[in-house]
Amino acid sequence: MTNRTFVMACLTPLFIFSLLFLALPLGRLFLASGEGDAGWAVYLDIVRKPRYLNTLVLTVLVSLATTIAALVVSTTAGMFLVRNRFWGRGTVLSVLTLPLAFPGVVIGFLIILLGGRQGLVNQLTPGHVVFAYSAIGLFLGYLYFSIPRVLLTVMAAAEKLDPALEEAARTMGASPYRVVMDVIIPGLMPSLVASGAIAFATAMGAFGTAFTLATNIDVIPMVIYTEFTLSANIAMASALSIVLGIITWILLLIARSLSGSTVAGGG
Amino acid sequence: MTLRLTHTAKTYPDGTEALLPTDLSVGKGEIVSLLGPSGCGKTTLLRIIAGLETPDAGSDIWFDDDNVTALPVERRQVGMVFQSYALFPNMSVRANIGYGLKMQRLPKSEIDARVTEVLEMCQLQPFAARAITALSGGQRQRVALARAIAPRPRLLLLDEPLSALDASLREILRDELAVLLREFDITAIFVTHDQDEAMAIADRVAVMSHGRIVQSGTPEDLYRNPTSSFVAGFVGNAMPLRGKADGTKLHLNGGTLTLPMDGVGQTVFVRAEDVQIIKNGPLRGKVETVTFLGTHYRIGISGIASDTIASIHSGQVAPKVGDTINVSIKPETLMLLPDEADVA
Amino acid sequence: MLKSKIKMLQLAVTLLACAFLFVPIVLSVMAGLTVNYFQGISSGLTLKWVFQVWDLYAGSIFLSMWLAVACLFCTLIIGLPAAYGLARHPGWMSRLLEEFISLPLAIPGLALALALLQLYGSMKGFRASWTFILVGHVLYTLPFMVRSILAVLASMDLKTLEEGAASLGASPWQRFRDIVVPNAMPGILAGALTVVTLSIGEFNLTWMLHTPYLKTLPVGLADSYASMRLEIASAYTLVFFILIVPLLMAMQWASARAQRITQ
Repeated sequence: MTNRTFVMACLTPLFIFSLLFLALPLGRLFLASGEGDAGWAVYLDIVRKPRYLNTLVLTVLVSLATTIAALVVSTTAGMFLVRNRFWGRGTVLSVLTLPLAFPGVVIGFLIILLGGRQGLVNQLTPGHVVFAYSAIGLFLGYLYFSIPRVLLTVMAAAEKLDPALEEAARTMGASPYRVVMDVIIPGLMPSLVASGAIAFATAMGAFGTAFTLATNIDVIPMVIYTEFTLSANIAMASALSIVLGIITWILLLIARSLSGSTVAGGG
Repeated sequence: MTLRLTHTAKTYPDGTEALLPTDLSVGKGEIVSLLGPSGCGKTTLLRIIAGLETPDAGSDIWFDDDNVTALPVERRQVGMVFQSYALFPNMSVRANIGYGLKMQRLPKSEIDARVTEVLEMCQLQPFAARAITALSGGQRQRVALARAIAPRPRLLLLDEPLSALDASLREILRDELAVLLREFDITAIFVTHDQDEAMAIADRVAVMSHGRIVQSGTPEDLYRNPTSSFVAGFVGNAMPLRGKADGTKLHLNGGTLTLPMDGVGQTVFVRAEDVQIIKNGPLRGKVETVTFLGTHYRIGISGIASDTIASIHSGQVAPKVGDTINVSIKPETLMLLPDEADVA
Repeated sequence: MLKSKIKMLQLAVTLLACAFLFVPIVLSVMAGLTVNYFQGISSGLTLKWVFQVWDLYAGSIFLSMWLAVACLFCTLIIGLPAAYGLARHPGWMSRLLEEFISLPLAIPGLALALALLQLYGSMKGFRASWTFILVGHVLYTLPFMVRSILAVLASMDLKTLEEGAASLGASPWQRFRDIVVPNAMPGILAGALTVVTLSIGEFNLTWMLHTPYLKTLPVGLADSYASMRLEIASAYTLVFFILIVPLLMAMQWASARAQRITQ
């Protein structure tokens, strides 16, 4: 067997698997989206019908809020952990990256333990404070799984940041605030955009967390689920899946072109 | 084993002609060096002989009476030392050296015996159990050689085997390699861009330029009788003396030189060791640079030819920069070669 | 002065984030071990709920473990040669193939599950068997395996190492076995731990693909959150943590090790 044949043979199983279980199903999904009563106009319905449009807007808003919050928290913590060595730093780092592989359902449950009817906040505060099942709960759940992802990306970039640049700025008389604005933030920018895109995309597509928490509010993944299982509106479920898939795929493409790697995973 | 290439060429898919049709014969036990600047096609030629590149149609490669042109590298029974050594990081020194023998499915006892023999030959016994990453550059080079030689290949190929080492180590290993290759008594071809290396190791040097072998001969032959300006310049750094030839006279800026023969239509070359600084020499020039090199001085002189020419000066005292000096060049040391449009 | 103030603020944010991530985990562990969570820890500690979880969900736990092992096997069989092929044959075709198989990282699992269901849902035997869930898990974890191995292979001079082996008489298969696989080991290990960890925790695809008779651990978790009392749900979460946290730590250790090699 020649070298070339051997290399081709090595790629064959992958090729067959991804054809059978990725290319063909995705093709079927796309065709199914046009097989409903509305035909291909189903894609127009997403922006025409208030139910879908409102859901889309809410999903984007919650995801956006999550992204901003995760960026602020993780950049602050990440810079602190990169620049300081202290007792317990390893433990702090472990705690902050622990939820990386938690399934979304578990995170939803953890938020219920914080803000549900039997939750910590409800027990500690007077009156009836339950936020787990609202947009706030959803936001906290998304934040929970976004913090580790953003943190790892930002820390990797911060470690590569040359401290001499900061020192150079200081020797030229820059204040700490100016150093942050002129040296640190620009240096971290690619990884901030990248990890922001990852956080946003993951939040947009998060199903497990929404499945446990979103009993009163609708986000896109929940609508896809209910359209498919309860309303049997397969065309709309497929169309929404495709729109969602394209959005998250483009975002992660941007992220990867900027940072080279992605820490993805289901939320 | 004798190696014979006929009409062997390599054209890449993008049209680059890395190697023009080339004929080459290497006798049994002969050590041949392919010498040339980077991009001259020497590595391509070596890789074609190894079977790592496929030559163009019409090429033929013979190992003794076997036509191996269509054989893949793993069936050609060649030993190869790579520029980066390509030692397997997942194996110890011993396992690296024994790998080729394992591929021949020899019994374990014989593999062990032969690896031990090669380890001894290359003075590697103390490192046998080490990991590759725990070796120095020079040790790696020897392991690479030992690994290539252990399966007793028909032909040993070395691709810039010393270039990854630093200068001082390179000189020691160069002499060591020359001795070892003769001890192995094997037909070998090695590629280098370093003329000293080629001269020190090879029985015969093939100088390559722009995808072809321009001259092939013993080191002495190439040094003394180059047939082209390129070889004169590349082997031994001969300097051109550009002036106006008039029969056996050459008129230079700094004076007139007597030539051993008619110099019209020829370029005259001289080597630095043949440029002598003598009080009443016929040529006058100005000292531009003086470099002390321990055993001698290297003096750059302007005003004689259009380019600065160098002189090796072995006296106790050297002239100073800015001095005007007289220079003599013996006619028999001059080399007259046909004018060439492109001197690489 | 200003500098230390900034530092204190950073520390505060870091610790707050830690608390936000860690307190609910502590709550869940406590809830799983107390007799009555509503009355608080004063009602006493018990392993009763954990045993009850075992009675109720042992099948799910074993199914998840089995799926993870099967998934690891499949991703190795497909992913190891594929990573080698991609590393040895770089070019736009390979880039495109790599990009394509990475789609499951970007597209939400729900969408993938919907796609699989619509194409294969009518094949009853396949739809109802555990292999249907396995396909989803392999689909989702395969890019992690391929990329993990590919990163290690890309960092070494694979071509020259193979030429070295070939010049010593090794056939393509022998080179793959003797040179490629041993040197790719750090990537394989990191990839394997990632695959197992992700497979055990996978919910988004599995929820859509599972049948009432085939519940994986996370599906069981969702089930217990919806229908069981808080203590049982917490105890089940505790069991999940005990399973996943060591895996997660091993995965992070192996990934960091593989990354050091690639730099």
